[in-house]
Amino acid sequence: MTAAIFEQVRGMASDLFGVPLDQISPASSPANIETWDSTAHLNLVLALEERYGFQISPEEMEKMQSIADVTTLVESKLRSTAGQQR
Amino acid sequence: MSAALELRSEIDNLISKGEAQRAYLRICELWRNEKAPGSAAFVVSRAERLRDRLPFVPYRLAILRSFTVEPIVPILRASAFCYGIDLTVLVGDFNAYAQEILEKESSVYRFAPDAVILAVRTADIAGDLWQDFADLGSDDAGKSARRVISNFEQWIRAFRSRSQAALIVHNFEQPERPTFGLLDLQREASQSALVEQINREMRRISLENHGVYLLDYDALVSRHGRLRWGDTRKWLTARLPIAADQLLHLAVEWLRFIVPLSGKLAKVLVVDLDNTLWGGVIGEDGMDGVKLGPEYPGAAYLALQRVLLDLSRRGILLAICSKNNSDEAMEMMEKHAGMLLRPQNFAAIRINWQDKVQNLREIAAELNIGLDAIAFLDDNPVEREHVRVALPEVFIIDLPKDPIEYAAALRDFPGFERLTFSVEDRQKTEMYAAQRQRIEAAQNFQSKEEFFHYLQQEAEIVPLTPATLGRISQLTQKTNQFNLTTRRYSEQQIAEIGASSAARVFSIRVRDRFGDHGLAGVAITRDQGDVREIDTFLLSCRVIGRTVETALLSFLAQDAASRGLKRMQGWFFPTKKNAPAREFYREHGFATQDTNGRGSLWVFDLAAPIPCPEWIHLRKPTEIEI
Repeated sequence: MTAAIFEQVRGMASDLFGVPLDQISPASSPANIETWDSTAHLNLVLALEERYGFQISPEEMEKMQSIADVTTLVESKLRSTAGQQR
Repeated sequence: MSAALELRSEIDNLISKGEAQRAYLRICELWRNEKAPGSAAFVVSRAERLRDRLPFVPYRLAILRSFTVEPIVPILRASAFCYGIDLTVLVGDFNAYAQEILEKESSVYRFAPDAVILAVRTADIAGDLWQDFADLGSDDAGKSARRVISNFEQWIRAFRSRSQAALIVHNFEQPERPTFGLLDLQREASQSALVEQINREMRRISLENHGVYLLDYDALVSRHGRLRWGDTRKWLTARLPIAADQLLHLAVEWLRFIVPLSGKLAKVLVVDLDNTLWGGVIGEDGMDGVKLGPEYPGAAYLALQRVLLDLSRRGILLAICSKNNSDEAMEMMEKHAGMLLRPQNFAAIRINWQDKVQNLREIAAELNIGLDAIAFLDDNPVEREHVRVALPEVFIIDLPKDPIEYAAALRDFPGFERLTFSVEDRQKTEMYAAQRQRIEAAQNFQSKEEFFHYLQQEAEIVPLTPATLGRISQLTQKTNQFNLTTRRYSEQQIAEIGASSAARVFSIRVRDRFGDHGLAGVAITRDQGDVREIDTFLLSCRVIGRTVETALLSFLAQDAASRGLKRMQGWFFPTKKNAPAREFYREHGFATQDTNGRGSLWVFDLAAPIPCPEWIHLRKPTEIEI
């Protein structure tokens, strides 16, 4: 998990869930962030897609169960988009 | 810490220190940098904390829909906050729009919206035309199209009878790929022709119903690219048919309606010259060196001039605010072969080395409008920021870096959108030219009375008709200075007032030796018992100070007396801007009867007439019942 992507995801989660930045860690999840409900989850998916220009599939959407999961997903998708471009 | 995070923490610091105005400027800066679903929630939550400190215009919007719009709402609200509008949004139940419109006590009507958006997709209302088209005979296909049209006609009429809110209706998008491929256009029963037919009828229905405005959803989708607009996976999993990076575009399209509907109207566009109306600096490059003409790069500036000319034909006044030597700049404007605009296209000109803030104040004073009616266009971001901080009321149009994109950025600015258009709008620039002549003429007379006689003013009382309805509503929306009660009415509300037997809607048309002012004043009255109550009395700033107000009031009194009424009364509600109307009732012999927290009530005994000024020739309609 790279620090740069984690920080970006954390910033987005803080904006979207209305939670201060320092209260979001890799372990943050719908279980410990009250505002991370299904609407907020969709908003997070849309924010990631808009920001990074990739599409998140329904299967990937379900796997996003913590900030660490989200960060890993973003990293792997950015790697594969970069691979396609080469 | 990244710049984006720094800006966020600066915003939070400013809010906690109570510096509302500075916090707001930073919030808007953040939104300009990051207009995206990710930052919308932050922008909305912080702007909400400034509600009690800043003069946001509250506006209530209901969205009735056949698809998921929830993720668009924060984007819309964030954008609206940056235009000074505090939107409260009600989203109707999924696919429940028909019940919500037809039931009198539905949650939509209880919400008391100012505007309602009806967003229904072709696929959702006419699934047979959309995906089962191949199975339909041409009779059934035609029937299906007629069913959609008659449903909408019924819903829109029902809505109109239940609510005074503005109604914004999406039209219907064409399929990405017609069922019959190329054959679709080669045969009689065409899927795309049927969608076109529905859209044509939707246009008719919206024109036939006041306060119903069509949103060209099909054009919006095609403008941004039909294939890029949709997202099938999101549709199947979340009933969201629009891709993440297109959500902003729908929000912006909605906002183009909401900005003018909420009364945020830019009436004057003040432009810079160097590197805005032409490429280069006239003082350095000279007339031969500046770039302006049909070739690149001059074509970008010519395109921008074309937009300015179009705006002026729509009734937006143009003005110049430029740091230059006046002689050089004026010579350029008068003589350069590439100029589409000439000095006479501008209602006010400030070319000097003065601070632009001071120039903008002077332009506002000269044109007799508020700073909040000015939009400022300048290629220099430093000048834009300077004006933004010093004059927060002024609309700032943000130009992209590349001049090729200037014209489109200006066309997209919602402050110039209007949902009604009057003859007066079209003639506005000539009217201001006539106004300059009047001001010059006035200086040659010893007394005001002599000047008034010289003006040869003719005023005509005009009853409410379909032709005047739009202008009357527009005047109630736009008039701030000579306005006793500042009540804003939509076209629909004016039509309803006009239909009630106790109420009367009058307007006054004014012309003089220099030209026609068009419909320049409105009075709305309600008669009850032996009292005529003046609900609304306003005068366009163009005719303030010419005693036209006395002529209109004298007519109201005479008309009331002829109907056997004994008294006439009216409230004055002070606002920041209506000082010119403060002494109106006192000066015409009214006595204060009552005051409350909002204003004062003035009463006039109709036993004595209010004389019409002798220098105004007042014509009354022979029959004003409508």
